[in-house]
Amino acid sequence: MSDKQHPLLAIRGLKKQFGATEVLKGVDLDLNKGDVVSIIGSSGSGKTTLLRCVNLLEEYQGGEIALDGETIGYRSGDGRRRRLSDRELSRQRAMTGMVFQSFNLFPHLTAAGNVMLGLRKVLKLPKAEARAIAENWLARVGLAARADHYPSQLSGGQQQRVAIARALAMNPKLVLLDEVTSALDPELVQEVLNTVKGIADDGATLLIVTHEMRFARDVSSRVVFMEQGRIAEDGPPAQIFGAPKNARLAEFLRTTRH
Amino acid sequence: MEYSLHFGAVWASFDKLLSGLAIGLGLAVVAVAIGTVLGLLAAFASVGPYRLLRWAAAFYVSLIRNLPLLVLVLLAYFALPQAGITLDKYQSFAGALALYSGAYLTEVFRAGLISVPKGVIEAARAIGLTRLQTNVSVVAPIMLRNALPSLGNTFIGMFKDSSIAAAIAVPELTFEARKINVDTFRVIETWTVASGLYIAACVVIAALLRGLERRFPKF
Ligand SMILES: Nc1ncnc2c1ncn2[C@@H]1O[C@H](COP(=O)(O)OP(=O)(O)OP(=O)(O)O)[C@@H](O)[C@H]1O
Ligand SMILES: [Mg+2]
Repeated sequence: MSDKQHPLLAIRGLKKQFGATEVLKGVDLDLNKGDVVSIIGSSGSGKTTLLRCVNLLEEYQGGEIALDGETIGYRSGDGRRRRLSDRELSRQRAMTGMVFQSFNLFPHLTAAGNVMLGLRKVLKLPKAEARAIAENWLARVGLAARADHYPSQLSGGQQQRVAIARALAMNPKLVLLDEVTSALDPELVQEVLNTVKGIADDGATLLIVTHEMRFARDVSSRVVFMEQGRIAEDGPPAQIFGAPKNARLAEFLRTTRH
Repeated sequence: MEYSLHFGAVWASFDKLLSGLAIGLGLAVVAVAIGTVLGLLAAFASVGPYRLLRWAAAFYVSLIRNLPLLVLVLLAYFALPQAGITLDKYQSFAGALALYSGAYLTEVFRAGLISVPKGVIEAARAIGLTRLQTNVSVVAPIMLRNALPSLGNTFIGMFKDSSIAAAIAVPELTFEARKINVDTFRVIETWTVASGLYIAACVVIAALLRGLERRFPKF
């Protein structure tokens, strides 16, 4: 539980470079429990990289990320900063869920099997209990009848909803969604956005990277605009879309809204 | 001079040929089973983060692949006892064939490993699976399915290579055929029947493997 002392997610001065290129140049961001925060920004501004750092899929060179009061990813002692062990990183990753642009379902497992794997191997639940949770979540994303289908037998929209169920079933403190509709045919976008809206309404804490501006405005409690590895503006949707202060943001909104 | 075909003498020893066939198949099964384990270990080592293991895997593959199987078999049978390791001819041949198939399977599995999508591995890591759990529950099953056709071909190859065991007097099909040939002088008949048995066995194995592939559909 987060309380008044600390936000659920606290990112401080996050710096990340790929080789010599600095991609995140000191990012600060807070999320409280139940927040739905959308990140918008032009291609290459570092949105995906930011999410991947939070989920510890990338190493980062500076700054700190705290999840529910626990500093994640690194341990610092006697002036040195060291990456945690695989076991520790895995435990911390299990606290956040991630939904990818390209679904990334396990192709050798059914929809239910995809949802159950983490429940069985990470949370060590007995099979029957894991199956029950999986069926429950698949029903919530509207796929009760597809539990025993393989990913190759599902449409893109259905696959992405399985991926959402897979992330949510782990009962994460925070869910990261990276352009979850970008790989979908236009007619399948809405079913996935509705699913995300449903979990937001149920009180999940979400950090969403999206190019769907209307969706960001509808679903978010806050919107963050990223520009060249920094957060250039952070505010409620009405401010971001209605009265942007940052000139780049105004420019970005003009070009994306045609 | 006319050579007239008389299969009678060969048929009289047909049971010997069949038992030879069974021994060859048995040796191939044992060798490929052990080779699969070796190949999996070496393949994971070769794409893993530890330089020493990567180096060891590369050394194993290039060492074995640059040796003719016959030389490896003779080495295992005649040289190992000098080093104080005594194996009977079945054990030493199965061991040599296992090492040999393991090197080829390393390459097969390595290609399979590289074909596992990176995003799928990241999805496993993202839900909190450790590196080992990811390899066991996600990477290995996908890779094995991708490798199934090559695994089948390797098995057929190793079954045919079991004929080399004749060189150390393992009574497999080729050895038995040579004995019948010497005893009966029916050269054409003997080798025709032996060839027919090899071909029939390989056709059956290939059909079984195709059945297996159908049971695990491609993703
Ligand atoms: N693995 C990598 N190696 C090197 N550079 C990378 C790598 N991943 C991303 N980058 C670079 O980092 C920068 C930020 O990339 P990132 O994917 O975070 O952008 P993004 O905001 O998500 O863009 P998009 O909207 O196109 O998804 C880009 O310049 C990209 O080229
Ligand atoms: Mg991106």
